[in-house]
Amino acid sequence: MAATKLARMANQIGSFFASEPDHALAMEGVASHLRRTWEPRMRLQLIAWMDETGGAELSPLVREAVLANRERLTTPTPRNPGPTA
Amino acid sequence: MYSVKEQDAGTPEGTGTALVTLDVDGRMVIVPEGTSVMHAASKAGVQVPKLCATETLGAFGSCRLCIVEIEGRRGFPSSCTTLVQEGMKVHTQTPKLAELRRGVMELYISDHPLDCLTCPSNGNCELQEMAGVVGLRDVRYGLKGSNHLEAAKDESNPYFTFDPSKCIVCSRCVRACEEIQGTFALTVEGRGFDSRISAGGTDFMSSECVSCGACVQACPTATLMEKTIIENGQPDHVVKTTCAYCGVGCSFRAEVKGNEVVRMVPDKTGLANEGHSCVKGRFAWGYATHKDRVTTPMIRKSPDDAWQIVGWAEALRYAASEIQRIQEKHGRAAVGGITSSRCTNEETWLVQKLIRAGFGNNNVDTCARVCHSPTGYGLKATLGESAGTQDFESVDHSDVIVVIGANPTQGHPVFGSRLKRRVREGAKLIVIDPRAIDIVRQPHVEASYHLQLRPGTNVAVANALAHVIVTEGLADDAFARARCDVAEYDTWRAFVSEPRNSPEATEAITGVPAASVRGAARVYAGARNGAIYYGLGVTEHSQGSTMVIAIANLAMCTGNIGRTGVGVNPLRGQNNVQGACDMGSFPHELPGYRHVSDVGVRASFESVWHTILDPEPGLRLPNMLDAALEGSFRAIYIQGEDIAQSDPDLHHVEAALRAMECVIVQDIFLNETSKFAHVFLPGATFLEKDGTFTNAERRIGRVRKVMPSLSGMADWEITCALARELGYPMHYDHPSQIMDEIASLMPTFTGVSYAKLDEMGSIQWPCNDETPEGTPIMHVEAFVRGKGRFMITEFVATEERVTPMYPLLLTTGRILSQYNVGAQTRRTENVRWHPEDVLEIHPHDAEERGINQGDQVALKSRVGETRLRAELTERVQPGVVYTTFHHPVTRANVVTTDLSDWATNCPEYKVTAVQVRRAPNQDAALAPAGAPEIGGK
Repeated sequence: MAATKLARMANQIGSFFASEPDHALAMEGVASHLRRTWEPRMRLQLIAWMDETGGAELSPLVREAVLANRERLTTPTPRNPGPTA
Repeated sequence: MYSVKEQDAGTPEGTGTALVTLDVDGRMVIVPEGTSVMHAASKAGVQVPKLCATETLGAFGSCRLCIVEIEGRRGFPSSCTTLVQEGMKVHTQTPKLAELRRGVMELYISDHPLDCLTCPSNGNCELQEMAGVVGLRDVRYGLKGSNHLEAAKDESNPYFTFDPSKCIVCSRCVRACEEIQGTFALTVEGRGFDSRISAGGTDFMSSECVSCGACVQACPTATLMEKTIIENGQPDHVVKTTCAYCGVGCSFRAEVKGNEVVRMVPDKTGLANEGHSCVKGRFAWGYATHKDRVTTPMIRKSPDDAWQIVGWAEALRYAASEIQRIQEKHGRAAVGGITSSRCTNEETWLVQKLIRAGFGNNNVDTCARVCHSPTGYGLKATLGESAGTQDFESVDHSDVIVVIGANPTQGHPVFGSRLKRRVREGAKLIVIDPRAIDIVRQPHVEASYHLQLRPGTNVAVANALAHVIVTEGLADDAFARARCDVAEYDTWRAFVSEPRNSPEATEAITGVPAASVRGAARVYAGARNGAIYYGLGVTEHSQGSTMVIAIANLAMCTGNIGRTGVGVNPLRGQNNVQGACDMGSFPHELPGYRHVSDVGVRASFESVWHTILDPEPGLRLPNMLDAALEGSFRAIYIQGEDIAQSDPDLHHVEAALRAMECVIVQDIFLNETSKFAHVFLPGATFLEKDGTFTNAERRIGRVRKVMPSLSGMADWEITCALARELGYPMHYDHPSQIMDEIASLMPTFTGVSYAKLDEMGSIQWPCNDETPEGTPIMHVEAFVRGKGRFMITEFVATEERVTPMYPLLLTTGRILSQYNVGAQTRRTENVRWHPEDVLEIHPHDAEERGINQGDQVALKSRVGETRLRAELTERVQPGVVYTTFHHPVTRANVVTTDLSDWATNCPEYKVTAVQVRRAPNQDAALAPAGAPEIGGK
């Protein structure tokens, strides 16, 4: 997916949470939304693009939220061991 | 009329709380105060003869056939207009009454053609029946006097005829048009013997009639008669089912002769529609047997090849082998699928199950992505459940009704009629919409406020409304502080109170006069019961989810939630879009809106589905298309969805579909998407299968098989067969077993079963041990999430801006006679009302461009161009143009962009900057350049 499009989508998310007065909550809002609704390859591509370009097109809130939650955004969720029945 | 097999008590039951006991022909009966003697008699098992009375209408008292004798009273009062009284003794059959009734019937029959044997109503005619009931044997006046027998028949309407020679001027049609539909298209012209029913002095087709069928249903003779009955005769059996058009989910009686539907009649006992219908559900079902139906599977190596007709086994084997090949080569996540909001809950369930368990990923999405996904997000975040809060009946108790970005009389017509009735009864109406939609001003309906905002400024208007409510002390603080998180409420109050959110400050952004915003806010906040209804004009914006949140904020701060008459009510678009969402069609949520990362939830599914589920969210539809162009997504299974017509930025959609190695389309017709398909699996219409739909009020209604599937398989069977080929067998003998599985895995459905649906008729979820009869009203004692959550809704202008090159804003919508991409309605006589999509443009904008009414115009945006005819109208404000997307030739979505909602990627259909110019060659065909050729068969 085009990184510029992912960046635009991420910035849109940031624009919603930017109005949250508590900065920590705003960061969590951005990170949580990306973690819970973006498919892994989208997250990985966004971060790869940030690593490559510095991600200057991202809003400060989004860039900060992504960097602060880099591991959470890139670490796969473990699968369950198997059906229980 | 209704089938004679149905009971009709003649008038509605009274609504009084006190009970009245009376004696009818020696039978004691107890009824609520306000009930008519006729209704009470019916309840006692006594059918009083009648012609002008029917229980769907108010009493009228004109036919004089329902006269009775009441002890202690003089004369022969009409039982339909006489209300019961305690201790009343009524006689419905006496020699005098019989004589009088025969006299009345004589007069009717003296001016009625005696062609019963060849009349289409023969055997199902109330006049014929009453003649028998009263024992009419001759007509003393003869049949040669003045009469109306030569009156010309009006056959202009494609679905029904009006034969005035058979009319008894009972006014049931006129009253149905007024009381039920609320259109006021019919009237009684003339006086005395010259009285006749008129569609406003013209024929039905040229009149204001919207062909809802209410008049036809109300007619006691063959005066208003369905053409299908004239052609085919009366039905031999009835199957109750649920309409497959809009999200109202009307209950219907499919009247069938052999395996052929001859009439669809709205079901009086259906709680979503209470016996009403619209032109689509009532009449536009002929697509089911249209010659364009594809009934055999087809495959081809490339979309450029001709289709090869093959057997089911070969088609499914090919489809499965392609999925497997692509996954082996490109990985498990290289494939995905789309569930259909037109299919049943059970079928949707199976598709997402196949994708999650068979494909092994969460790349599943549904058309809600492009309509109400922001509703799911916004209502879940604020209230705790991704669904509307009320039943439709609730609006009958509203004092103030706010309609935002919805056009109920066009998109949800049966609910629209209900809403209009409530406004006629005195409720105040506030409309927030860029267009002057019908309900802004109609006969006997007028909005107190029409906030005609600029497209894309919903959130600014909502914030301004909230500003007024909070700063003028109109909020229900006690409710908000008791039911919601107080800290969040206070933060929100501070936000909306900021001067920049005042109506005066936002006026420059929204174009709505501050005084109107203040007035509307005061009316809504001051209502005893204020209800908000909204549609895609709310959700299909870059701030769609924000606006849904803003609506929830308004309802919570005014205490308008948790009881009848209030609430937050999304008018869902397609028949089963609520159900498709409930059934787990979103890539980040398992059924019941539970996140895929939830270990326990996954485990519950894994134990039943015998697999290990992917814990990561999958791709949304737009993401799938982007990934296809990038090369990491190669195959898609699309059930009943035409993304190459309905989705935005069609050039992008087409390029993505063409980039895929395997596109499997399961549908009833070849469509725009199938032009890019490699496999076509012929689906079944709602008439050909069993299942359930869930409407906009969370009401689960049964879909019942009326005729055999033309392709030999229902859609649920096709998905099972495909799963089997993929090595993930899913075996069910009947959709009821799928529902049992749903009930076993979804906490909001644990009490749902086909047996209970048969018993109750329909059920509104949640239905479980706590609410075994279902839940008409949600959030009564507490919000589903516990404390209601106020969230800050900063207005952020869309990136789509007008410029000198694109100075107008395009917004899109629907029209009454057509449905969505038109695949069904375009294959019916409904095209008579809407043969093509047109561009509404304000006369001022048209004049500036030298555009006249009916001119062909070029509509151009930053991403595409199309061509259509101009309609000059003041429904749109200067600077705004509007069109529909029902016809593929128009390709309206060529011009819409890929901008989308921040939270859900729901496309911003409602705001596209465009330019409109008079097309240079007015004689050229409207077909736009660049449209792909239709795939051959």
